[in-house]
Amino acid sequence: MSTDLDIKVHHLTRVEGHGNIVVNMKQGVLEKARLEIVEAPRYFEAMLKGRSFHEAAIITSRICGICSLGHQITSLKATEQALGLEVSEQTVLLRKLLIHGATLQSNVLHAYFLAAPDFLGVGSVFPLVGSHPEIVKRALRMKRLANDIGDVVSGRAVHPITPVPGGFTRIPTEKELLEIRRRLIEDMVPDYLATVDTLQALAEAIPDFTRETEYISLRSDHDYALYDGDICSTDAGRVDTADYLGMTNEFIVPHSTSKHCKVSRSSYMVGALARWNNNHDKLCDTALNAAGALGLEPNCHNPYMNTIAQVVEAGHCAMDSVAIIDRLLDDGLKNERPNQEPTRYGTGIGATEVPRGVLYHEYTYDRQGRVAAANCIIPTGQNLANIDDDMKALVPEIIDRSKQDITLMLEMLVRAYDPCISCSVHMLDVQFKE
Amino acid sequence: MAKPRVGIFDFTGCEGCELNQLNFEDQLLDILGHVDIVEWREAMDGQVDELDIAFVEGSLSTPECITRIHEIRRKSKVLVALGACAVQGGVNAMKNTRPIEEVREEVYGDQKYLFPTLPALPLSAVVKVDFAVRGCPMTQIEFLKVFTSLVMGKAPIEPDSAVCVECKLKENECVVDKGMICLGPITRMGCGARCPTFGQYCNGCRGLVSAPNIEGMQEILVEKGLAMDEAWKRLQLYNANQLEGVQR
Repeated sequence: MSTDLDIKVHHLTRVEGHGNIVVNMKQGVLEKARLEIVEAPRYFEAMLKGRSFHEAAIITSRICGICSLGHQITSLKATEQALGLEVSEQTVLLRKLLIHGATLQSNVLHAYFLAAPDFLGVGSVFPLVGSHPEIVKRALRMKRLANDIGDVVSGRAVHPITPVPGGFTRIPTEKELLEIRRRLIEDMVPDYLATVDTLQALAEAIPDFTRETEYISLRSDHDYALYDGDICSTDAGRVDTADYLGMTNEFIVPHSTSKHCKVSRSSYMVGALARWNNNHDKLCDTALNAAGALGLEPNCHNPYMNTIAQVVEAGHCAMDSVAIIDRLLDDGLKNERPNQEPTRYGTGIGATEVPRGVLYHEYTYDRQGRVAAANCIIPTGQNLANIDDDMKALVPEIIDRSKQDITLMLEMLVRAYDPCISCSVHMLDVQFKE
Repeated sequence: MAKPRVGIFDFTGCEGCELNQLNFEDQLLDILGHVDIVEWREAMDGQVDELDIAFVEGSLSTPECITRIHEIRRKSKVLVALGACAVQGGVNAMKNTRPIEEVREEVYGDQKYLFPTLPALPLSAVVKVDFAVRGCPMTQIEFLKVFTSLVMGKAPIEPDSAVCVECKLKENECVVDKGMICLGPITRMGCGARCPTFGQYCNGCRGLVSAPNIEGMQEILVEKGLAMDEAWKRLQLYNANQLEGVQR
């Protein structure tokens, strides 16, 4: 049995952002097992200080291209709470539709383009264009439709245009929404069912590794919580979002330009698997059937299953999008203008489930409506300590395998979290010094 | 003729421009038919020594970035900057308007020594950039134009008129007339005036035209009742590096 091991994966591929995997074992003792975050800091606080509430969401959505919609919605919610801006029911429904589109596109992108190549033994999605053209075309079709929801409702799927404090600068037309609805029913549903079939064959190759941890997500009594809810922890129960700092506890570690988090234990997990564990009772039948077919059970403690949980909830996003469009059209679309007259100037918190987990934004505004203080806590940052703990538990279990195998297992583990490293290194966590 | 060998690289930014390349769902398979993508960390494994075209996203903001962009320039025949961060420094450059030590201390406190940082620079501040695809995120139609030109061996044409031109062609109601700040009069067109078309103001993400009338722009904004310092701030959002030294 090998007792020495030295793994260094520089700039891990097929993840969003720059990270290195480093594992050292000497004479059977694990000295180091961690994901180093080497993404260049962005210093968003230097951008936000003193800027108008109209600009806050434009700036913070630039933290990350992949998660831009999630940042934008979360930022708007925090700003609206801080300034006392009420939004209409139509605004909430349109935002929920946007979150479904963004979650669907992100989860499909991750499963097909970033994770699947590992299971098919190739280095990227590109060889699959020749070997599995139907699968690649299906993935592109699903991604296109998910992005079209963003394009139609928000003007642009990456860095959306129309969502602003208090509402939307443009309301989609009935014709546009009906066309999205038609494609969801005629294209997305069969493509989704085919995706589940394809993954069923691959799901057997998912590594059998479990490590129980604390799972944290939002939870709502009304629906599968994405847009809104309380904080829900498998250890601590339900907590008001006003106490989000106590449910994150950020700290700096030298090996990461992104801060780490912990609550009840040394680490916790956020993201699709945490949502599944906390909220599977709120999923629609299409998603629950997919979970059954793919072997995803409640209280799942295998982090590799996060990719499966993403695919399961994608089914919910598709079906609930149809329900939301029906409701919008039944109520009749109203050509509302955004409500942008502040009724107060204070502090507000926004919490939203984005594809990689729960995202928090908090802003304080001065009496001119300019940012006086800001804080963002990012899902990937919350997962980093958990990834390190998983590695420490996993390496001793697989130490008998070849170095190449161990490296692949570690890469797949990190990819399963679908980390968004650009986001995690946002560096927006300060009280401005006057 | 052999297919051009293409690499895609990212520096300090949000990777939204790269994501937009994966978002060419309708054209992606055609694109892949005309080039060999041989290096792209976000989507595939592996690295290569020689490239025909490098597409580069992000601004340069650490010592390591500077080393790496020189390496990419050395191995690439053509280098294309993708998006506002690579072309102008982008939103990252806003931090350049304040002393760098102050910014570092605010974020990391007494642990700032752990993470070296530089002012955020556009690629052209360090290496020769052959062509640009502008916007935040990069404008997709412009990417397809530049890409097609390069594959056909032609030099892409860079637009140098204001966004207002395209906005008028779309017959949009003027954003300034609606009482909003709009940077369209000094911002380089090529996006089809997308934000004004969707009811939002132009925030200048595509950078300034080559001879921007900033003074005139400010006059218009003040005329509409918008405070001078607010107008200046909105100009800084994407153009902090370009405005350095410009008289207010």
